[in-house]
Amino acid sequence: MPYSFILPPLAETTAEGTVGRWQKQPGDRVKRYEPLVDIMTDKVNVEMTSPVTGVISEINAPEGVVVPVGGVLATIIEDDEGSTPPAHGAPAPQAAAPDVEATHASPLHPSATIAPARSEGRQRMTPVVARLALEHGVDVSQIGGSGIEGRVTKQDILDFVESRAARPAAVAVTAPVAAPLAAPGSRAQPSITPGADEEALPLSPVRRAIAEHMSNSKATIPHAWTMVEVDVSLLVRLRERLKEDFRKREGVDLTYLPFVMKVLAETLKEFPLLNSSWGGDKIILKKRINLGIAVNRGEDLIVPVIKDADRLSVAGLAHGIADLVARARANTLSPADISGGTFTMNNTGALGVTLSYPIVYPGQAAILTSEAIIKRAVVVDDAIAIRSIMNMCLSFDHRILDGGISGGFMRAMKARVEKLGPDTAIY
Amino acid sequence: MPQKLVIEAINDALREEMRRDETVFCIGQDIGAGGGVFLVTQGLQNEFGPDRVIDSPLAESAIIGVSIGAAANGMRPVAEMQFFDYILPAMEQIANEAAKMRWRSFNTWGVPMVMRAPTGGGVTGGIYHSQSLEAMFTNIPGLKVVLPATPYDAKGLLKAAIRDPDPVLYLEHKKTYRSIRGEVPDGDYVVPIGKAEVKRTGNNLTIVTWGLMVHYALDAAAQLEQEGISIEVVDLRTLLPVDNETILESVKKTGKALVVYEANRTGGFGGEIASTIAEFAFEHLDGPVTRLASPDIPAMPWNHPQEAFFMLSPEKIAAAARKLAAY
Repeated sequence: MPYSFILPPLAETTAEGTVGRWQKQPGDRVKRYEPLVDIMTDKVNVEMTSPVTGVISEINAPEGVVVPVGGVLATIIEDDEGSTPPAHGAPAPQAAAPDVEATHASPLHPSATIAPARSEGRQRMTPVVARLALEHGVDVSQIGGSGIEGRVTKQDILDFVESRAARPAAVAVTAPVAAPLAAPGSRAQPSITPGADEEALPLSPVRRAIAEHMSNSKATIPHAWTMVEVDVSLLVRLRERLKEDFRKREGVDLTYLPFVMKVLAETLKEFPLLNSSWGGDKIILKKRINLGIAVNRGEDLIVPVIKDADRLSVAGLAHGIADLVARARANTLSPADISGGTFTMNNTGALGVTLSYPIVYPGQAAILTSEAIIKRAVVVDDAIAIRSIMNMCLSFDHRILDGGISGGFMRAMKARVEKLGPDTAIY
Repeated sequence: MPQKLVIEAINDALREEMRRDETVFCIGQDIGAGGGVFLVTQGLQNEFGPDRVIDSPLAESAIIGVSIGAAANGMRPVAEMQFFDYILPAMEQIANEAAKMRWRSFNTWGVPMVMRAPTGGGVTGGIYHSQSLEAMFTNIPGLKVVLPATPYDAKGLLKAAIRDPDPVLYLEHKKTYRSIRGEVPDGDYVVPIGKAEVKRTGNNLTIVTWGLMVHYALDAAAQLEQEGISIEVVDLRTLLPVDNETILESVKKTGKALVVYEANRTGGFGGEIASTIAEFAFEHLDGPVTRLASPDIPAMPWNHPQEAFFMLSPEKIAAAARKLAAY
């Protein structure tokens, strides 16, 4: 039977996707869960697997084409085992058994009917499937079910997780389709063979995506960089005073990051051009302030997004950060969690460094770091004093921003952070 | 290892225990020279005499009442109910006296008594000789209830029951008496009360059952193996105290549970099993916990086609398992 392989909604705000590389061609056999095509949306790159087993009869959306959600990507002639006629003389196994429904055909046996897997658009799943989906960060609607009424079974989800592990990154952070992304491999270096005293480390899909999009950013965005020193002595005192109570009451740690992000959201309102992106022949201002936070995961890094950060208090931001960091490390972020960022914050101070030169997240205008807080001897009112100093660094897209506005933004950030002190409210 | 029938294994267990411990005695209707209605006690009176293999009046409350008194005074009675259906006149003695003695006497008195009773249908026994009443007794804490399915378990569990310090209801499925043969080692061994056994391992679905249905479930599992469905069969062996650990371990592995019991569906002991699985294996379930039981009809019909309709069979179990496996 011909099966239409359509583009599903990949994130809540996704309306369309750009077709990337097809891994199969018409006439190729494809197995269920086998990777088939890469789809790029504004913030997420999804490797889509085949929902069915069969032969590809047609690729309806070739590489580079933009397809709306629901649009047909390919047509697959599905294997239909049920249509295989049984061997002559061999009775179908079910026919030999008496119909147990005979004893069940009474209202005393409600289990005789099984609810459909989908009713009114809501997907039902068994408890074990729900648990495994959560544990492995799987969107069950992306899996074709082999159970009754298309229900996704425990085995279906285990198979899916196994196939994903064999070729991971169903979802990886990637760049938006800024510049022509039609040929993602075009900047790829030729493969280099390691020498006798060298060792080749295979690339994880997330590592490959980071490489692709950092190269893309540096190749297309003319970066400029600036830095301010911020005296956070009062903020240190404020946090020292609050942190024990906060942890007891809220259950999460109160770090410096939510304070800086609170100030960042306020300052972005004052300097809206910092919250924008390059639109080729225009600059696109973003009305929402959605702050990406770089989360180090040891082997790689992912940038989940706190939506509408300007509406949150310091305490609210602390909770939002704690939640995203926990889920980033547990690998349970959804595509929606890592999409929609308008500005990125990188708390490099957590790594103990005091000066960084970050790369602008593609599709944004600038990226800010908060560096490690160090006690230093500084001059205050013509006297030498010991103060807690934190550097903040800004990389920005020089097509959008110049030093004047960036400097103004950094001075405003510095002034606001230095105003944080023992009297600042965090709720 | 010698092959024995279930009925031979029970007879061996009684004989060996009576030789081992002279406080063990049997009491029941026609169990002496007659050897009992199923001949389970055949030959015992010849060896041990009429004082240790006692023919009782046709009065179950008396049989159990005498046994309780003897047990409380240091004896180890093994009381035979001719059919499980006939145990009801003794219910008051069992539920109110035997089961509660240890509790009521602050652990001073016990009732080390075994009640043997042939249970179950499928032998065209009709109304009075076919019922599976185990759920009436699993609701009485203080009792132990066992129901072996194989000759090995029959012998080992009867020895464990006789040596147990508290009252044990030992159910024997009458259809297994002479239809189930299996290996039984010579000599002394016990099967501990309270331990279920996985009689067949599998991955797709767990059948939890006991008694004759263990054999029907194993037959169904062999059929379904041809269709690529891998069934695990858990034989409870002891209903009270039930071995939840083994049940839950299996269901957590397979994700699907079919509870099969020969008793009427409503209020049957399988409902207790299903409830435990739903509560403690919830996050592992990949399908509805399903019960397959006899219909809620007052009695097992004697009419043969109607009895076949009433009784479970390997085919009915296979059909239910096939449907659940596809869920």
